[in-house]
Amino acid sequence: MTEGHVGVDGIRPPRQTAGMSKRRKAQLRRWAIYVATLVVIAVVVLSADWAKLQSVFLDPQIFRDLFPEIITIAAKNTVILAIFAFSGGLVLGLALALMRLSSVKPYRWAALAYIEFFRGIPALLTLILVGFVLPIALQVRIKQILPFLGDYGTPAVGLAIVAAAYLAETIRGGIEAVPKGQMEAARSLGMTNSQALRSIIIPQAFRVMIPPLTNEFVLLVKDTSLVFVLGVSASSQDLAFFSRAAVQDTLSGTPFIAAALIYLAITLPLTAVSRQLEKRSGDYTSGRKKRAAVAAAEANALEPGGIEPGNFGQAGMPGGNFR
Amino acid sequence: MSTPIPPAIELCSLAKSFGELQVLRSIDLKVTQGEVVCIIGPSGSGKSTLLRCVNLLETPTGGQVLIDGIDITDPHSDIDEIRTRIGMVFQQFNLFPHLDVAGNLTIAQRRVLKRSRIESNDKAVSVLKRVGLSDKLHSYPRQLSGGQQQRVAIARALASDPEMMLFDEPTSALDPELVGEVLDVMRGLAEAGMTMLVVTHEMGFARRVADRVVFMDGGLIVEEGPPDQVIGDPQHERTKRFLEQVFER
Repeated sequence: MTEGHVGVDGIRPPRQTAGMSKRRKAQLRRWAIYVATLVVIAVVVLSADWAKLQSVFLDPQIFRDLFPEIITIAAKNTVILAIFAFSGGLVLGLALALMRLSSVKPYRWAALAYIEFFRGIPALLTLILVGFVLPIALQVRIKQILPFLGDYGTPAVGLAIVAAAYLAETIRGGIEAVPKGQMEAARSLGMTNSQALRSIIIPQAFRVMIPPLTNEFVLLVKDTSLVFVLGVSASSQDLAFFSRAAVQDTLSGTPFIAAALIYLAITLPLTAVSRQLEKRSGDYTSGRKKRAAVAAAEANALEPGGIEPGNFGQAGMPGGNFR
Repeated sequence: MSTPIPPAIELCSLAKSFGELQVLRSIDLKVTQGEVVCIIGPSGSGKSTLLRCVNLLETPTGGQVLIDGIDITDPHSDIDEIRTRIGMVFQQFNLFPHLDVAGNLTIAQRRVLKRSRIESNDKAVSVLKRVGLSDKLHSYPRQLSGGQQQRVAIARALASDPEMMLFDEPTSALDPELVGEVLDVMRGLAEAGMTMLVVTHEMGFARRVADRVVFMDGGLIVEEGPPDQVIGDPQHERTKRFLEQVFER
């Protein structure tokens, strides 16, 4: 192309309009962003009152005074609640997942309705349902039904109900990621549908599900901060409530920082472990299948009728379209 | 029939449709005990569906399947018990990837046949020896070649002491150089008197090992007879065309 040549329609070739190459322009733009960022940081650093910030957020005396209660009461309650709720959610979620995969239509509908309902309303509202609606309007008290859970009963059940809705979709994704041939091989050896699920399908599904399950657990740890709505006694404070109370007492931001650090101390190792497991779970599951499962689990996608209906009536358990 | 022993497998006007698609039209087939029957035919002819109807991995939409004279299409039959008499080998092996070879070979013995740990382990060792993989007891499926995996899959089926074996294109997913080792194991089984129903594209195997060859097309049995007749001197035009295409490769 001749230098300075004018195009047919009278417009110059684009390369020459700005007098510099596209690459050069992109470089300049990047530098402009760097400089602007540095300016913002400099303004914040210079204008901040560091001594004040430290006294508000990192007061060593206030920090020390939070212990040991912040661990022995608050963090303990948060962790125990999360574990109870997760265990309950896992059991209920597995049942819902199996119902979702059932060949019996009413089971599929019931599970879908449950999942949609409890994923669609705020967790806080579910806690209100368990903590107030059931005992006041229906005289149903979790504490009497599950006395061994003590004070954890009501909040744990509330959170488990919510967690189950999410976990069900994760578990369903995991089960569907197990190749169909696995069920066929198990059944061809004479295993019943539930034997095949127990010994062949679910163990494989859970391995694929470990990373998404870890993420669900992290979410649940954070959701425990909602249980204050059920009323809090001195011994039943969770980490978030404890920090709020301490902020109000001390008029300092330090309890907030302390609580945040403890939440992170719980959640960050979990996500790190989950990332490691995710890397390793490619061991025997093909990358494609695994990605499909993780994607399904993470998106918590809703596709009605995930499995072909068959005459697989027995216990309404998922299986092939065979008896 | 006056024979006191019923055929191992008997299909009576077997039909199977997937919605509008009629995959099996009306199949009548008998496999007597100790017989080796190979089913050949173009893809889509219904061979695999037929095989999968024999142990009810597919539910027939018409006709009957009799195993040792028991109609397993009758909903009152105990299909799980019947399936323990029928070993099945899949094209994709379908080994259990979360279990090692020993686990693959013992899980059905333990869960279904309720054999003791020792008994099922002994059985695992002996069937593994039979397929020539004694040193792989503690390997995981992913550590084995395709041919080895398929031999383990055969051993897994044998571990339940089946009376008959179904093979669904057992060598189709294998690299060509690994086909031989699997066919050798199958020939060994045939020589030992196992009742076998084999869907295959291996004409050499069918010709050498089968007692009878069945040619299927369009959901029907077009031609059947001794291998030398069906493969060597086919009578039907459709069979001739199929075999020409197969041998041209």
